[in-house]
Amino acid sequence: MDVLIGILLIPTVQAVLKIFVIIFALVMPLATVLTLMERKWSAMIQDRVGPNRANIPFLNNFRGRGALHIAADGLKSFFKEDFIPEGADRFLFTIAPYFGFAAAMATFAIIPFAGPIGDFTFQITDVKPGLLYIFAITSLGVYGTVLAGAGSNSKFALLGGTRASAQMLSYEVFIGLSLLGVFMVYESTQISVIVNGQNTYWFGNLIPKWGVLTQPIAFFLFFTAMIAETKRAPFDAPEGESEIVAGYFLEYSGMRFAAFMLAEYIALVGVSVLVVTLFFGGYHIPWLHLWESAPQWLVSLLQFMKFTIFTFFFCWLQLQIRWTVPKFRFDQTMALGWKKLLPVALGNVVVTAFIILIAN
Amino acid sequence: MLATEYFPILILIVLGLVFATVFTLAGILLGPKSRGKDKEMPFESGFASKGLVGQRYDVKFYMTALIFLIFDVEIVFLYPWAVKFRELGWFGFIEVCFFILLLLVSLTYVWKKGALEWE
Repeated sequence: MDVLIGILLIPTVQAVLKIFVIIFALVMPLATVLTLMERKWSAMIQDRVGPNRANIPFLNNFRGRGALHIAADGLKSFFKEDFIPEGADRFLFTIAPYFGFAAAMATFAIIPFAGPIGDFTFQITDVKPGLLYIFAITSLGVYGTVLAGAGSNSKFALLGGTRASAQMLSYEVFIGLSLLGVFMVYESTQISVIVNGQNTYWFGNLIPKWGVLTQPIAFFLFFTAMIAETKRAPFDAPEGESEIVAGYFLEYSGMRFAAFMLAEYIALVGVSVLVVTLFFGGYHIPWLHLWESAPQWLVSLLQFMKFTIFTFFFCWLQLQIRWTVPKFRFDQTMALGWKKLLPVALGNVVVTAFIILIAN
Repeated sequence: MLATEYFPILILIVLGLVFATVFTLAGILLGPKSRGKDKEMPFESGFASKGLVGQRYDVKFYMTALIFLIFDVEIVFLYPWAVKFRELGWFGFIEVCFFILLLLVSLTYVWKKGALEWE
């Protein structure tokens, strides 16, 4: 028993356990459910029924309002033919899905899901560079799309890949710029410092210093840029169904295609999680510290619930945006970035610095 | 210390790679196999593919990459200031204003030259 506790106290062992719990119990299920939710929600918006046919024959044709489509989709892609087109670069074609997957999952390494209990944190690792690490990792995602586009020997895929590369590179600049204001307000790029900074208050205990209140413009810039970075509608010119069919992953089928899809939805969850962490107080519940007699485990539980509810909300918001806003042409996407977001973000940095220095 | 901080990230990335490998192998092992000349052609809305893929594409993409390099590198210079600007005070502020002004000048130049136009 003592040996077991001893092993559990090793930081690396704890980190591995946290990784498995967070990825297999939280992120993966949420991403899979989102694939169905997107279909259901789009059906609701477009006044259709949506997926509802999958059933279990020997269980009274149980359908569960289409929930079985998650399993049906998964099984279907397992038994689809794996196909590589003629003339494709087999090596590039094979390694392309790896980048998206690794990049999408690595985001969760530095996100705190609840407040610490004693020495135990609900965060896999709190690296000092913090968000700089996120910037580094998200840029890995570009390789996946570019290699998929270049390796497929298909014109549509190549078009999608080049578009994706230009768009993702551009929007990386705006992601970095929009967060400058946040770094300035909380004086750090480390996640734990930013999250704890959002647990302080203006006017005594009146208004929490959430990122969305201290940096409202940065919030809109960051959210927009992140949606563009994950290539979701309205910025989905790299995938543009109506012109280049599916863009860079056009030639992928079966499980490789499923890998791209799942990586996209993991990235969607990653965007929500980042927005909550940076702009909506992370796991902190405002004014909860006033309840001083609260047991620590209860506080952590409530914080975890708050964090997941906010994450759900932003996942839903991204679905809603996708099915509400008409999509941009590619030139409009690029113009929005370079001609609007970039000057606004630079202005935001100067104004933020000015206000903080005046206030000091 | 550094190792315990960064090791979990390595594990997470490896987990991602393992996932992708499992996906790829599952597709190769479980799926049916069939070959055919027409089937193996790259998809092009049902037409036979003409010409080579990726001979040339728009120079705009190279331009975008160049602009990206300039701006991303310059923004990297802003991070240290953003974290420490309270200590640097008004001196640092004016310096950075000058720096951002230069960024805006280069943006205006790129804009006026038409490098941001896609037609």
